[in-house]
Amino acid sequence: MVPPATFTSYYGRPIVKASPWKSDIPAYLFLGGLAAASSLLAAGADLSNRPELRRVARIGALAGGAAGTVALIHDLGKPTRFLNMMRTAKPTSPMSVGTWILTTFMPMASLAGAAEVAALLPFRIPIAGRLLDIGARPAGLLAAAVAPGLASYTGVLLTDTATPAWHAAKRELPLIFVASAAAAAGGLGMAGAPVGQATPARRMAVGGAALALVMEQRMERSMGLSAETLHSGKAQRLFNASRALSIGGAVGTIVLGSRNRAAAAVCGAALFVGSACMRFAVFEAGQASARDPRYTVIPQREGLRS
Amino acid sequence: MWGWSNAPDPAADTGWTNAPARKGFFTDGSVCIGCKACEVACKEWNGIPEDGLQLLGMSYDNTGGLGASTWRHVAFIEQPRRSVGTDGLTPLPMVAATSDQNTRDGGAETGIRWLMSSDVCKHCTHAACLDVCPTGALLRTEFGTVVVQDDICNGCGYCIPACPFGVIDRRDGPVGARNVGIAQKCTLCYDRLRDDMTPACAQACPTQSIQFGDLDELRVRAQDRVDTLHAAGVTDARLYLADPNDGIGGAGAFFLLLDEPEVYGLPPDPVVTTRDLPAMWRTAAIAGATLVAGAAAAFVRARS
Repeated sequence: MVPPATFTSYYGRPIVKASPWKSDIPAYLFLGGLAAASSLLAAGADLSNRPELRRVARIGALAGGAAGTVALIHDLGKPTRFLNMMRTAKPTSPMSVGTWILTTFMPMASLAGAAEVAALLPFRIPIAGRLLDIGARPAGLLAAAVAPGLASYTGVLLTDTATPAWHAAKRELPLIFVASAAAAAGGLGMAGAPVGQATPARRMAVGGAALALVMEQRMERSMGLSAETLHSGKAQRLFNASRALSIGGAVGTIVLGSRNRAAAAVCGAALFVGSACMRFAVFEAGQASARDPRYTVIPQREGLRS
Repeated sequence: MWGWSNAPDPAADTGWTNAPARKGFFTDGSVCIGCKACEVACKEWNGIPEDGLQLLGMSYDNTGGLGASTWRHVAFIEQPRRSVGTDGLTPLPMVAATSDQNTRDGGAETGIRWLMSSDVCKHCTHAACLDVCPTGALLRTEFGTVVVQDDICNGCGYCIPACPFGVIDRRDGPVGARNVGIAQKCTLCYDRLRDDMTPACAQACPTQSIQFGDLDELRVRAQDRVDTLHAAGVTDARLYLADPNDGIGGAGAFFLLLDEPEVYGLPPDPVVTTRDLPAMWRTAAIAGATLVAGAAAAFVRARS
């Protein structure tokens, strides 16, 4: 299929508007995914008695979720009104659904994470410390129960728009986002836990990175014309960096991850950063596709002709 | 939840009882003279701040497009015109481009034709902005229109990429100025409608290019107008967003255009993004299940 060389527009001006979102939103896409997959890793580590892996994963879930929440509020046009998100619950709004998922996740992940932080302190906290010890496991498991929603809804958040590059990726993006979340959380686990305890983290990291890379290929085919936006400008640099870091990190993990803690940490960091770069690449590609009317007009014209 | 019926009544579907007839605009581009009275009347009535005074180099259009502080926008398109009549008179521009006489006369480019049309929020039957709004700030009124509640919106910005027409936007400006940081767009003069008044733009339009009324009646009137124009040889005339079976379920504000929609900066085949949302949620559910399965598999027979 060769796209038509020319199309008409109104003085080249955009038809749809790009989102007004700044880097807060792609940062949240990454941090929310990191938190979600970390809470699943933490739950597994808890149940399989891997305390050091559990610690880094629970703290990752707490820190990722907290930083992501701050980013979300910071991005609002009226941050003081962030609680208005909770006046309603709307299944037609992925952002509303996500608000309630995050609202369920955060207290649970915070409790489990706080228990790990408290355990690191040189002294015992009198009563609250005991409560944290008791509550950590059920809270961690509850956080893990909503984690799949937290990791995947952000894919729908982007694809449920008129932004050409996002909407065209609707069949792949949620899967790419969960895979990327697994790679980031696995990478963090590899960096933060000794190699003996980090086997599940390595598997999660490599599996996530591999699935994301495969699905990205499929996504580009689904995107049609708008896939161009992944291969120019800022999105291209981020997308290329993401793929290089993910491939390098995954191969390094397979070769060296179980032998050497330092090598595992480097590979984990590569996968972690690679996951973040992918979120920013997809975000920037969407913004670029909204700014150029060709990505709105040409696919719609082709749809009308067929 | 995603109700798609053949004869959608958005006010009743939203839960309004005894709602008045659905109101809308029929904007007839064939009689627009580009005076921009609609833009001015809209700004005046709604108290909208100035949002940029610059020369854009786009014919007589220095407004640019719809936005948070521009709720009516008159587009000016200059197109090559094939010829003038043999009698030396300049025919009406929109007739000139298509009439048999001009085609016979040879089609040499002897000038331009101007297309002008006043754009506005479409008040879609299936409105993406309203669907995706997480606070409920966007509201379906009893008139079937879509309105932002200024005191509810928290400026999340989700409606902006959701709109298939690029209508709604978040207002920029100094902190503390009116409605800065929240989503803004045409209300179809909700305040005037509740007092049985005509929206400011339609009231100000000197050529009845902007017609306000009950949507059912406007659609009949618009079809009559197209038939008249076709009979007069203006075969380019077509209605845009008047069909309840299109991708947005038809618009409350629809148009008569003399060229393809994209020439006016309008999408040729807009679709409400939430039409695909059930499928997208299913994809997310599969993704979430994959994550759980993958995480569980990561622990299976892992040595510790």
